[in-house]
Amino acid sequence: MTKKIDDKTIAYVSTLASLELLPEEKESAKKDLSQMLDFVDCLSQLDTEGVSPMSNVFNEVNVFREDEVVNSDGSEATLHNAPEKKDRYFVVPKTIEP
Amino acid sequence: MKEYEIVIGLEVHVELATKSKIFCGCSTAFGGAPNSHTCPVCTGMPGSLPVLNKKVVEYAMAVGLATNCAISPQTKFDRKNYFYPDNPQDYQISQLYLPICRDGFVEIDVEGKKKVGIHEIHMEEDAGKLIHDETKDCSYVDYNRAGVPLIEIVSKPDMRSAKEVIAYLEKLRILIQYLGVSDCKLQEGSMRADVNLSVRLRGETEYGTRTEMKNLSSFKAITRAVDYESKRQIALLESGQVVEQETRRWDDEKGASFTMRSKEDAQDYRYFPEPDLLPLLIDHAWIETIKAKQPEFRDEKIKRYQTEYQIPEYDILILTENKHTADIFEATVALGANPKKVSNWIMGEALRLLKESEKDAKDLCLTPAHLAKLIELVDKRVINNTTAKEVFEVMFHEDVDPEKYVREHGLKMEMEDGQLEDMIRQVIEDNPQSVEDYRNGKKKAMGFLVGQTMKATKGKADPAAINRILSELLDN
Repeated sequence: MTKKIDDKTIAYVSTLASLELLPEEKESAKKDLSQMLDFVDCLSQLDTEGVSPMSNVFNEVNVFREDEVVNSDGSEATLHNAPEKKDRYFVVPKTIEP
Repeated sequence: MKEYEIVIGLEVHVELATKSKIFCGCSTAFGGAPNSHTCPVCTGMPGSLPVLNKKVVEYAMAVGLATNCAISPQTKFDRKNYFYPDNPQDYQISQLYLPICRDGFVEIDVEGKKKVGIHEIHMEEDAGKLIHDETKDCSYVDYNRAGVPLIEIVSKPDMRSAKEVIAYLEKLRILIQYLGVSDCKLQEGSMRADVNLSVRLRGETEYGTRTEMKNLSSFKAITRAVDYESKRQIALLESGQVVEQETRRWDDEKGASFTMRSKEDAQDYRYFPEPDLLPLLIDHAWIETIKAKQPEFRDEKIKRYQTEYQIPEYDILILTENKHTADIFEATVALGANPKKVSNWIMGEALRLLKESEKDAKDLCLTPAHLAKLIELVDKRVINNTTAKEVFEVMFHEDVDPEKYVREHGLKMEMEDGQLEDMIRQVIEDNPQSVEDYRNGKKKAMGFLVGQTMKATKGKADPAAINRILSELLDN
Protein backbone atom coordinates (compact mmCIF):
# COMPACT_ATOMS: atom_id res chain seq x y z
CA MET A 1 0.00 0.00 0.00
CA THR A 2 1.58 3.26 -1.11
CA LYS A 3 0.78 6.51 0.71
CA LYS A 4 0.53 9.34 -1.75
CA ILE A 5 2.10 12.61 -0.65
CA ASP A 6 0.54 15.32 -2.77
CA ASP A 7 1.85 18.78 -3.71
CA LYS A 8 -0.29 20.43 -1.07
CA THR A 9 1.19 18.32 1.71
CA ILE A 10 4.76 18.96 0.53
CA ALA A 11 4.09 22.71 0.40
CA TYR A 12 2.61 22.60 3.91
CA VAL A 13 5.39 20.49 5.42
CA SER A 14 8.12 22.63 3.88
CA THR A 15 6.48 25.79 5.24
CA LEU A 16 6.30 24.24 8.71
CA ALA A 17 9.96 23.25 8.49
CA SER A 18 10.96 26.66 7.08
CA LEU A 19 12.47 25.03 4.01
CA GLU A 20 12.42 26.42 0.49
CA LEU A 21 12.40 23.52 -1.95
CA LEU A 22 13.16 23.64 -5.67
CA PRO A 23 10.60 21.88 -7.93
CA GLU A 24 12.87 18.84 -8.40
CA GLU A 25 13.56 18.68 -4.67
CA LYS A 26 9.83 18.67 -4.04
CA GLU A 27 9.44 15.69 -6.34
CA SER A 28 12.17 13.67 -4.66
CA ALA A 29 10.89 14.68 -1.20
CA LYS A 30 7.44 13.43 -2.19
CA LYS A 31 8.95 10.10 -3.17
CA ASP A 32 11.10 9.86 0.01
CA LEU A 33 8.29 10.76 2.36
CA SER A 34 5.93 8.27 0.73
CA GLN A 35 8.52 5.54 1.21
CA MET A 36 9.04 6.49 4.85
CA LEU A 37 5.33 6.38 5.52
CA ASP A 38 5.10 2.99 3.86
CA PHE A 39 7.96 1.75 5.99
CA VAL A 40 6.42 2.96 9.23
CA ASP A 41 3.05 1.70 8.07
CA CYS A 42 4.17 -1.91 8.53
CA LEU A 43 3.79 -1.28 12.28
CA SER A 44 0.04 -1.17 11.79
CA GLN A 45 0.15 -4.91 11.19
CA LEU A 46 0.81 -5.34 14.91
CA ASP A 47 -2.07 -5.64 17.29
CA THR A 48 -1.55 -2.73 19.73
CA GLU A 49 -4.89 -3.10 21.43
CA GLY A 50 -4.44 -2.24 25.11
CA VAL A 51 -0.79 -1.14 24.71
CA SER A 52 -0.26 2.43 25.88
CA PRO A 53 2.01 4.63 23.73
CA MET A 54 5.58 5.08 24.96
CA SER A 55 7.63 8.26 24.59
CA ASN A 56 11.05 6.71 25.01
CA VAL A 57 12.77 3.36 25.25
CA PHE A 58 14.21 3.70 28.75
CA ASN A 59 12.55 1.95 31.58
CA GLU A 60 13.20 4.80 33.99
CA VAL A 61 11.04 7.49 35.54
CA ASN A 62 11.53 10.49 37.86
CA VAL A 63 15.03 11.60 36.98
CA PHE A 64 15.64 14.99 38.56
CA ARG A 65 18.27 17.54 39.36
CA GLU A 66 18.19 19.63 42.52
CA ASP A 67 17.46 23.35 42.22
CA GLU A 68 21.06 24.55 42.26
CA VAL A 69 22.87 27.04 40.08
CA VAL A 70 25.94 25.20 38.82
CA ASN A 71 26.67 27.08 35.60
CA SER A 72 28.73 30.27 35.45
CA ASP A 73 28.71 32.94 32.75
CA GLY A 74 28.15 31.03 29.52
CA SER A 75 27.84 33.97 27.15
CA GLU A 76 31.20 33.50 25.45
CA ALA A 77 30.52 29.90 24.42
CA THR A 78 26.87 30.64 23.60
CA LEU A 79 27.84 33.49 21.28
CA HIS A 80 30.90 31.76 19.85
CA ASN A 81 29.31 30.76 16.54
CA ALA A 82 26.93 33.68 16.23
CA PRO A 83 27.03 35.12 12.68
CA GLU A 84 26.49 38.58 14.16
CA LYS A 85 26.68 39.83 17.74
CA LYS A 86 26.82 43.12 19.63
CA ASP A 87 27.37 43.79 23.34
CA ARG A 88 26.85 40.09 24.10
CA TYR A 89 23.51 40.02 22.23
CA PHE A 90 22.77 37.95 19.15
CA VAL A 91 21.86 40.27 16.30
CA VAL A 92 19.07 39.04 14.02
CA PRO A 93 16.96 40.64 11.26
CA LYS A 94 14.23 42.71 12.87
CA THR A 95 11.51 40.33 14.01
CA ILE A 96 8.25 41.63 15.38
CA GLU A 97 5.37 39.24 15.69
CA PRO A 98 2.68 40.53 13.29
CA MET B 1 -30.65 46.31 22.06
CA LYS B 2 -30.58 42.64 22.91
CA GLU B 3 -28.86 41.65 26.12
CA TYR B 4 -25.49 39.96 25.74
CA GLU B 5 -23.44 37.94 28.15
CA ILE B 6 -19.63 38.06 28.13
CA VAL B 7 -17.82 34.74 28.55
CA ILE B 8 -14.17 34.83 29.58
CA GLY B 9 -11.51 32.20 30.19
CA LEU B 10 -7.92 32.97 31.14
CA GLU B 11 -4.53 31.51 30.37
CA VAL B 12 -2.18 32.67 33.09
CA HIS B 13 1.58 32.18 32.89
CA VAL B 14 3.45 32.36 36.18
CA GLU B 15 7.23 32.45 36.35
CA LEU B 16 8.41 30.21 39.18
CA ALA B 17 10.93 31.58 41.67
CA THR B 18 13.43 28.73 41.47
CA LYS B 19 17.13 29.52 41.70
CA SER B 20 18.00 27.60 38.53
CA LYS B 21 16.27 27.04 35.20
CA ILE B 22 13.83 24.19 34.56
CA PHE B 23 16.21 21.89 32.64
CA CYS B 24 19.73 23.14 33.40
CA GLY B 25 21.83 24.67 36.17
CA CYS B 26 21.78 28.23 34.78
CA SER B 27 20.68 31.04 37.06
CA THR B 28 17.19 32.57 36.79
CA ALA B 29 18.32 35.85 38.37
CA PHE B 30 17.27 39.11 36.76
CA GLY B 31 19.73 41.70 35.57
CA GLY B 32 22.57 39.46 34.34
CA ALA B 33 24.63 40.61 31.34
CA PRO B 34 23.01 39.47 28.04
CA ASN B 35 23.32 35.72 27.49
CA SER B 36 25.41 35.26 30.64
CA HIS B 37 22.86 32.81 32.12
CA THR B 38 23.00 30.38 29.21
CA CYS B 39 24.47 26.98 28.47
CA PRO B 40 24.20 24.33 25.71
CA VAL B 41 20.94 23.01 27.22
CA CYS B 42 18.88 26.22 27.40
CA THR B 43 20.18 27.38 24.01
CA GLY B 44 19.26 24.07 22.40
CA MET B 45 22.72 23.03 21.23
CA PRO B 46 22.74 19.66 19.47
CA GLY B 47 23.57 16.79 21.79
CA SER B 48 22.67 18.60 25.00
CA LEU B 49 20.37 16.84 27.41
CA PRO B 50 17.76 18.50 29.64
CA VAL B 51 17.28 17.23 33.23
CA LEU B 52 14.18 18.31 35.13
CA ASN B 53 14.48 20.60 38.17
CA LYS B 54 12.65 18.79 40.99
CA LYS B 55 11.56 22.05 42.60
CA VAL B 56 9.56 22.99 39.50
CA VAL B 57 7.46 19.85 39.90
CA GLU B 58 6.94 20.52 43.59
CA TYR B 59 5.97 24.16 42.99
CA ALA B 60 3.51 23.14 40.27
CA MET B 61 2.02 20.53 42.62
CA ALA B 62 1.73 23.12 45.41
CA VAL B 63 -0.17 25.52 43.13
CA GLY B 64 -2.35 22.64 41.93
CA LEU B 65 -3.24 21.64 45.48
CA ALA B 66 -3.92 25.27 46.45
CA THR B 67 -6.36 25.54 43.53
CA ASN B 68 -8.15 22.26 44.34
CA CYS B 69 -6.75 20.40 41.33
CA ALA B 70 -6.20 16.69 40.97
CA ILE B 71 -2.50 15.89 40.63
CA SER B 72 -1.84 13.54 37.72
CA PRO B 73 -0.29 10.26 38.86
CA GLN B 74 1.52 10.12 35.52
CA THR B 75 2.75 13.19 33.70
CA LYS B 76 5.27 13.94 30.95
CA PHE B 77 6.59 16.65 28.67
CA ASP B 78 5.90 17.37 25.00
CA ARG B 79 7.56 19.48 22.34
CA LYS B 80 5.71 22.41 20.84
CA ASN B 81 7.40 23.28 17.56
CA TYR B 82 7.65 26.81 16.17
CA PHE B 83 10.26 29.15 14.71
CA TYR B 84 10.86 32.47 16.38
CA PRO B 85 14.18 34.06 17.35
CA ASP B 86 13.32 34.09 21.07
CA ASN B 87 13.10 30.29 20.97
CA PRO B 88 16.63 28.90 20.52
CA GLN B 89 15.62 25.23 20.26
CA ASP B 90 12.93 25.86 17.61
CA TYR B 91 10.63 24.09 20.03
CA GLN B 92 9.34 24.80 23.52
CA ILE B 93 9.27 22.00 26.06
CA SER B 94 5.73 22.05 27.46
CA GLN B 95 2.97 19.64 28.45
CA LEU B 96 0.04 18.89 26.17
CA TYR B 97 -1.13 15.32 26.65
CA LEU B 98 -0.63 14.70 30.36
CA PRO B 99 -0.45 18.00 32.29
CA ILE B 100 0.56 17.80 35.95
CA CYS B 101 -2.71 19.21 37.39
CA ARG B 102 -6.31 19.06 36.22
CA ASP B 103 -9.84 20.03 37.20
CA GLY B 104 -9.52 22.52 40.00
CA PHE B 105 -11.24 25.72 41.03
CA VAL B 106 -10.80 28.87 43.06
CA GLU B 107 -13.54 30.82 44.77
CA ILE B 108 -13.96 34.51 43.99
CA ASP B 109 -16.24 37.05 45.60
CA VAL B 110 -17.72 39.69 43.28
CA GLU B 111 -21.30 40.52 44.26
CA GLY B 112 -21.53 37.07 45.83
CA LYS B 113 -19.27 34.04 45.92
CA LYS B 114 -18.70 31.86 42.88
CA LYS B 115 -16.26 29.23 41.71
CA VAL B 116 -14.01 29.68 38.70
CA GLY B 117 -12.99 26.32 37.30
CA ILE B 118 -9.41 25.47 36.44
CA HIS B 119 -9.11 23.24 33.41
CA GLU B 120 -5.44 22.37 33.86
CA ILE B 121 -2.02 23.54 35.00
CA HIS B 122 1.06 22.57 33.05
CA MET B 123 4.80 23.13 33.33
CA GLU B 124 6.87 24.67 30.55
CA GLU B 125 9.90 26.79 29.80
CA ASP B 126 10.02 30.53 29.12
CA ALA B 127 11.49 32.01 25.94
CA GLY B 128 14.30 34.53 25.51
CA LYS B 129 13.91 38.26 25.13
CA LEU B 130 13.99 40.32 21.93
CA ILE B 131 14.95 43.97 21.90
CA HIS B 132 14.11 45.83 18.70
CA ASP B 133 16.52 48.45 17.44
CA GLU B 134 14.78 51.80 17.02
CA THR B 135 16.96 53.00 14.18
CA LYS B 136 18.40 49.92 12.49
CA ASP B 137 16.58 47.04 10.88
CA CYS B 138 17.64 44.48 13.47
CA SER B 139 16.68 42.91 16.80
CA TYR B 140 18.91 41.85 19.70
CA VAL B 141 18.40 38.50 21.40
CA ASP B 142 19.12 37.66 25.03
CA TYR B 143 18.50 34.06 26.11
CA ASN B 144 18.82 34.64 29.87
CA ARG B 145 15.06 34.03 30.30
CA ALA B 146 15.06 31.01 27.97
CA GLY B 147 14.47 27.94 30.13
CA VAL B 148 13.16 29.82 33.17
CA PRO B 149 10.36 27.65 34.59
CA LEU B 150 6.75 28.63 34.04
CA ILE B 151 3.43 27.15 34.93
CA GLU B 152 0.43 27.90 32.75
CA ILE B 153 -2.90 27.94 34.57
CA VAL B 154 -5.78 27.47 32.15
CA SER B 155 -9.19 28.40 33.53
CA LYS B 156 -12.56 27.23 32.33
CA PRO B 157 -14.71 29.85 30.53
CA ASP B 158 -16.39 30.71 33.83
CA MET B 159 -15.90 34.47 34.14
CA ARG B 160 -18.55 36.95 33.05
CA SER B 161 -17.01 40.39 33.61
CA ALA B 162 -13.73 42.27 33.90
CA LYS B 163 -14.34 42.48 37.66
CA GLU B 164 -14.47 38.70 37.90
CA VAL B 165 -11.30 38.44 35.84
CA ILE B 166 -9.46 40.80 38.22
CA ALA B 167 -10.85 38.96 41.27
CA TYR B 168 -9.66 35.65 39.82
CA LEU B 169 -6.19 37.00 39.07
CA GLU B 170 -5.93 38.57 42.53
CA LYS B 171 -6.95 35.26 44.05
CA LEU B 172 -4.28 33.39 42.10
CA ARG B 173 -1.68 36.05 42.85
CA ILE B 174 -2.25 35.89 46.60
CA LEU B 175 -2.39 32.07 46.69
CA ILE B 176 0.87 31.84 44.78
CA GLN B 177 2.50 34.59 46.82
CA TYR B 178 1.51 32.75 50.03
CA LEU B 179 3.14 29.62 48.62
CA GLY B 180 6.27 31.66 47.86
CA VAL B 181 6.61 30.06 44.43
CA SER B 182 6.50 33.35 42.47
CA ASP B 183 6.23 37.06 43.09
CA CYS B 184 3.47 37.29 40.46
CA LYS B 185 4.08 40.78 39.12
CA LEU B 186 2.01 41.58 36.05
CA GLN B 187 4.07 44.68 35.27
CA GLU B 188 7.37 42.85 35.42
CA GLY B 189 6.09 39.87 33.48
CA SER B 190 6.40 37.24 36.24
CA MET B 191 2.61 36.82 35.81
CA ARG B 192 1.09 37.14 32.34
CA ALA B 193 -2.54 36.73 31.37
CA ASP B 194 -4.07 36.02 27.97
CA VAL B 195 -7.81 36.64 27.79
CA ASN B 196 -10.13 34.38 25.80
CA LEU B 197 -13.41 36.17 25.27
CA SER B 198 -16.67 35.53 23.48
CA VAL B 199 -20.16 36.97 23.71
CA ARG B 200 -23.59 35.36 23.43
CA LEU B 201 -27.20 36.37 23.90
CA ARG B 202 -28.25 35.99 27.50
CA GLY B 203 -29.92 32.62 28.01
CA GLU B 204 -28.03 31.04 25.10
CA THR B 205 -26.33 27.78 26.11
CA GLU B 206 -23.79 27.49 23.26
CA TYR B 207 -20.64 29.58 23.43
CA GLY B 208 -19.97 32.21 20.76
CA THR B 209 -16.75 32.33 18.71
CA ARG B 210 -13.91 33.46 20.91
CA THR B 211 -10.86 35.59 20.37
CA GLU B 212 -7.63 35.43 22.34
CA MET B 213 -6.05 38.66 23.51
CA LYS B 214 -2.38 39.04 24.36
CA ASN B 215 -0.05 41.72 25.72
CA LEU B 216 -2.04 42.67 28.81
CA SER B 217 0.41 43.97 31.38
CA SER B 218 -1.76 45.50 34.10
CA PHE B 219 -5.16 45.02 35.74
CA LYS B 220 -6.20 48.31 34.17
CA ALA B 221 -5.20 47.13 30.70
CA ILE B 222 -7.18 43.91 31.24
CA THR B 223 -10.28 45.83 32.28
CA ARG B 224 -10.04 48.14 29.26
CA ALA B 225 -9.31 45.27 26.88
CA VAL B 226 -12.31 43.22 28.11
CA ASP B 227 -14.54 46.26 27.69
CA TYR B 228 -13.20 47.01 24.20
CA GLU B 229 -13.30 43.45 22.93
CA SER B 230 -16.80 42.66 24.21
CA LYS B 231 -18.15 45.86 22.62
CA ARG B 232 -16.37 45.05 19.36
CA GLN B 233 -17.85 41.56 19.23
CA ILE B 234 -21.36 42.75 20.13
CA ALA B 235 -21.18 45.45 17.43
CA LEU B 236 -20.19 42.81 14.86
CA LEU B 237 -23.10 40.56 15.80
CA GLU B 238 -25.55 43.46 15.93
CA SER B 239 -24.63 44.48 12.39
CA GLY B 240 -25.18 40.96 11.14
CA GLN B 241 -21.48 40.07 10.87
CA VAL B 242 -19.64 37.23 12.53
CA VAL B 243 -16.80 37.14 15.03
CA GLU B 244 -13.65 35.58 13.56
CA GLN B 245 -11.67 33.21 15.72
CA GLU B 246 -8.30 34.93 15.98
CA THR B 247 -5.47 36.08 18.21
CA ARG B 248 -5.47 39.79 18.91
CA ARG B 249 -2.86 42.07 20.40
CA TRP B 250 -3.91 44.72 22.91
CA ASP B 251 -2.35 48.14 22.37
CA ASP B 252 -2.78 49.97 25.66
CA GLU B 253 -1.64 53.32 24.25
CA LYS B 254 -4.20 53.25 21.45
CA GLY B 255 -6.81 51.64 23.72
CA ALA B 256 -7.62 49.08 21.02
CA SER B 257 -6.80 45.52 19.98
CA PHE B 258 -5.52 44.42 16.59
CA THR B 259 -5.47 41.12 14.74
CA MET B 260 -2.21 39.23 15.22
CA ARG B 261 -3.19 36.09 13.36
CA SER B 262 -6.44 34.60 12.18
CA LYS B 263 -7.56 31.01 12.49
CA GLU B 264 -6.33 30.33 8.94
CA ASP B 265 -2.76 31.31 9.89
CA ALA B 266 -3.00 29.47 13.18
CA GLN B 267 0.24 27.62 13.71
CA ASP B 268 0.46 23.88 13.56
CA TYR B 269 2.69 23.19 16.54
CA ARG B 270 3.21 19.51 15.72
CA TYR B 271 3.29 18.51 19.36
CA PHE B 272 5.01 15.24 20.10
CA PRO B 273 6.30 13.56 23.28
CA GLU B 274 9.64 15.01 24.42
CA PRO B 275 12.06 12.11 23.96
CA ASP B 276 14.89 13.68 26.03
CA LEU B 277 12.92 13.69 29.28
CA LEU B 278 11.66 10.69 31.20
CA PRO B 279 8.06 10.41 32.38
CA LEU B 280 7.10 11.36 35.92
CA LEU B 281 5.19 9.20 38.33
CA ILE B 282 3.73 11.10 41.26
CA ASP B 283 2.64 8.86 44.10
CA HIS B 284 0.36 9.54 47.02
CA ALA B 285 3.25 9.89 49.48
CA TRP B 286 4.84 12.68 47.45
CA ILE B 287 1.55 14.55 47.20
CA GLU B 288 1.13 14.22 50.98
CA THR B 289 4.60 15.70 51.59
CA ILE B 290 3.70 18.73 49.50
CA LYS B 291 0.30 19.00 51.20
CA ALA B 292 1.96 19.02 54.61
CA LYS B 293 4.06 22.02 53.58
CA GLN B 294 1.11 24.13 52.38
CA PRO B 295 0.78 27.35 54.41
CA GLU B 296 -2.39 28.65 56.00
CA PHE B 297 -3.93 30.57 53.08
CA ARG B 298 -5.46 34.01 53.21
CA ASP B 299 -9.12 32.98 53.45
CA GLU B 300 -8.40 30.73 56.44
CA LYS B 301 -6.19 33.39 57.99
CA ILE B 302 -8.92 36.02 57.70
CA LYS B 303 -11.38 33.70 59.46
CA ARG B 304 -8.92 32.97 62.25
CA TYR B 305 -8.00 36.65 62.75
CA GLN B 306 -11.69 37.52 63.09
CA THR B 307 -12.00 35.32 66.15
CA GLU B 308 -8.46 35.48 67.53
CA TYR B 309 -7.57 39.18 67.43
CA GLN B 310 -9.58 42.23 68.38
CA ILE B 311 -8.80 44.22 65.26
CA PRO B 312 -11.08 45.77 62.61
CA GLU B 313 -11.98 43.90 59.40
CA TYR B 314 -10.12 46.53 57.40
CA ASP B 315 -6.89 45.79 59.28
CA ILE B 316 -7.35 42.07 58.74
CA LEU B 317 -7.70 42.49 54.98
CA ILE B 318 -4.60 44.65 54.70
CA LEU B 319 -2.43 42.57 57.04
CA THR B 320 -3.26 39.33 55.22
CA GLU B 321 -2.79 40.68 51.70
CA ASN B 322 0.83 39.59 51.94
CA LYS B 323 1.90 36.52 53.87
CA HIS B 324 5.06 38.24 55.04
CA THR B 325 3.24 41.13 56.77
CA ALA B 326 0.79 38.64 58.29
CA ASP B 327 3.73 36.58 59.59
CA ILE B 328 5.34 39.65 61.19
CA PHE B 329 2.01 40.61 62.74
CA GLU B 330 1.41 37.18 64.23
CA ALA B 331 4.95 36.79 65.55
CA THR B 332 4.87 40.22 67.20
CA VAL B 333 1.50 39.59 68.83
CA ALA B 334 2.78 36.21 70.01
CA LEU B 335 5.45 38.11 71.96
CA GLY B 336 2.70 39.78 73.97
CA ALA B 337 2.19 43.02 72.05
CA ASN B 338 -1.29 44.48 71.66
CA PRO B 339 -2.75 43.34 68.27
CA LYS B 340 -4.21 46.72 67.33
CA LYS B 341 -0.98 48.51 68.14
CA VAL B 342 1.03 46.01 66.06
CA SER B 343 -1.45 46.36 63.24
CA ASN B 344 -1.19 50.16 63.38
CA TRP B 345 2.58 50.08 63.01
CA ILE B 346 2.49 47.63 60.10
CA MET B 347 -0.44 49.20 58.24
CA GLY B 348 0.55 52.77 58.91
CA GLU B 349 4.26 53.35 59.12
CA ALA B 350 5.59 50.15 57.53
CA LEU B 351 3.35 50.32 54.44
CA ARG B 352 3.97 54.07 54.10
CA LEU B 353 7.74 53.56 54.20
CA LEU B 354 7.52 50.61 51.77
CA LYS B 355 5.64 52.79 49.32
CA GLU B 356 8.06 55.67 49.82
CA SER B 357 11.09 53.46 49.16
CA GLU B 358 9.26 51.65 46.29
CA LYS B 359 9.73 48.31 47.99
CA ASP B 360 7.52 45.26 47.96
CA ALA B 361 5.80 44.03 51.14
CA LYS B 362 7.82 40.81 50.91
CA ASP B 363 11.01 42.85 51.30
CA LEU B 364 9.85 44.32 54.61
CA CYS B 365 12.65 43.68 57.05
CA LEU B 366 11.17 44.05 60.49
CA THR B 367 12.11 41.81 63.40
CA PRO B 368 9.01 40.99 65.48
CA ALA B 369 11.02 41.19 68.72
CA HIS B 370 12.12 44.71 67.82
CA LEU B 371 8.61 45.84 66.97
CA ALA B 372 7.28 44.37 70.22
CA LYS B 373 10.00 46.22 72.13
CA LEU B 374 9.20 49.50 70.42
CA ILE B 375 5.56 49.18 71.42
CA GLU B 376 6.64 48.42 74.98
CA LEU B 377 8.88 51.50 75.05
CA VAL B 378 5.89 53.68 74.14
CA ASP B 379 3.58 51.87 76.58
CA LYS B 380 6.03 52.40 79.39
CA ARG B 381 6.43 56.03 78.38
CA VAL B 382 10.15 55.66 77.87
CA ILE B 383 9.67 57.43 74.54
CA ASN B 384 6.73 59.33 73.11
CA ASN B 385 4.92 58.61 69.84
CA THR B 386 6.86 61.15 67.81
CA THR B 387 10.18 59.66 68.87
CA ALA B 388 8.80 56.15 68.30
CA LYS B 389 8.03 57.01 64.66
CA GLU B 390 11.58 58.24 64.18
CA VAL B 391 12.97 55.07 65.74
CA PHE B 392 10.65 52.95 63.61
CA GLU B 393 11.99 54.56 60.47
CA VAL B 394 15.54 53.60 61.48
CA MET B 395 14.31 50.06 62.30
CA PHE B 396 12.69 49.88 58.87
CA HIS B 397 15.91 50.76 57.08
CA GLU B 398 18.50 49.17 59.34
CA ASP B 399 16.62 46.67 61.51
CA VAL B 400 18.12 48.12 64.72
CA ASP B 401 17.15 47.13 68.26
CA PRO B 402 14.94 50.06 69.37
CA GLU B 403 15.93 49.83 73.02
CA LYS B 404 19.60 50.04 72.19
CA TYR B 405 19.00 52.77 69.64
CA VAL B 406 16.99 54.89 72.09
CA ARG B 407 19.70 54.49 74.73
CA GLU B 408 22.58 55.25 72.41
CA HIS B 409 20.92 58.30 70.92
CA GLY B 410 19.63 59.68 74.21
CA LEU B 411 16.03 59.65 73.06
CA LYS B 412 14.63 58.52 76.38
CA MET B 413 12.15 60.88 78.01
CA GLU B 414 14.19 61.88 81.00
CA MET B 415 12.05 64.61 82.43
CA GLU B 416 11.12 63.92 85.98
CA ASP B 417 7.92 65.65 86.98
CA GLY B 418 9.80 68.15 89.13
CA GLN B 419 12.20 69.12 86.40
CA LEU B 420 9.35 69.29 83.89
CA GLU B 421 7.32 71.49 86.20
CA ASP B 422 10.19 73.98 86.44
CA MET B 423 10.39 74.18 82.67
CA ILE B 424 6.62 74.63 82.36
CA ARG B 425 6.69 77.44 84.92
CA GLN B 426 9.33 79.12 82.77
CA VAL B 427 7.15 78.71 79.64
CA ILE B 428 4.17 80.23 81.49
CA GLU B 429 6.32 83.18 82.58
CA ASP B 430 7.61 83.69 79.04
CA ASN B 431 4.17 83.62 77.43
CA PRO B 432 1.84 85.80 79.51
CA GLN B 433 -0.39 86.59 76.54
CA SER B 434 -1.19 82.93 75.88
CA VAL B 435 -1.82 82.30 79.55
CA GLU B 436 -4.28 85.20 79.62
CA ASP B 437 -5.95 83.94 76.43
CA TYR B 438 -6.33 80.53 77.98
CA ARG B 439 -7.80 81.88 81.17
CA ASN B 440 -10.21 84.00 79.11
CA GLY B 441 -11.58 80.84 77.58
CA LYS B 442 -9.40 80.44 74.48
CA LYS B 443 -8.64 76.79 75.08
CA LYS B 444 -6.55 76.68 71.89
CA ALA B 445 -3.83 78.63 73.67
CA MET B 446 -3.13 75.46 75.63
CA GLY B 447 -1.81 73.74 72.50
CA PHE B 448 0.67 76.55 71.94
CA LEU B 449 1.95 76.26 75.50
CA VAL B 450 2.33 72.49 75.18
CA GLY B 451 4.27 73.05 71.95
CA GLN B 452 6.55 75.58 73.63
CA THR B 453 7.23 73.16 76.46
CA MET B 454 7.97 70.31 74.02
CA LYS B 455 10.43 72.60 72.26
CA ALA B 456 12.08 73.53 75.54
CA THR B 457 12.46 69.85 76.49
CA LYS B 458 13.74 68.96 72.97
CA GLY B 459 10.95 66.43 72.63
CA LYS B 460 12.05 64.35 75.55
CA ALA B 461 8.93 64.90 77.63
CA ASP B 462 5.76 62.89 77.69
CA PRO B 463 3.01 65.07 76.15
CA ALA B 464 0.49 63.57 78.56
CA ALA B 465 2.62 64.68 81.49
CA ILE B 466 3.00 68.18 80.04
CA ASN B 467 -0.76 68.44 79.61
CA ARG B 468 -1.39 67.28 83.13
CA ILE B 469 1.10 69.61 84.81
CA LEU B 470 0.19 72.55 82.60
CA SER B 471 -3.50 72.18 83.38
CA GLU B 472 -2.76 71.99 87.09
CA LEU B 473 -0.65 75.15 86.99
CA LEU B 474 -3.05 77.13 84.81
CA ASP B 475 -6.28 76.13 86.44
CA ASN B 476 -5.11 76.92 89.94
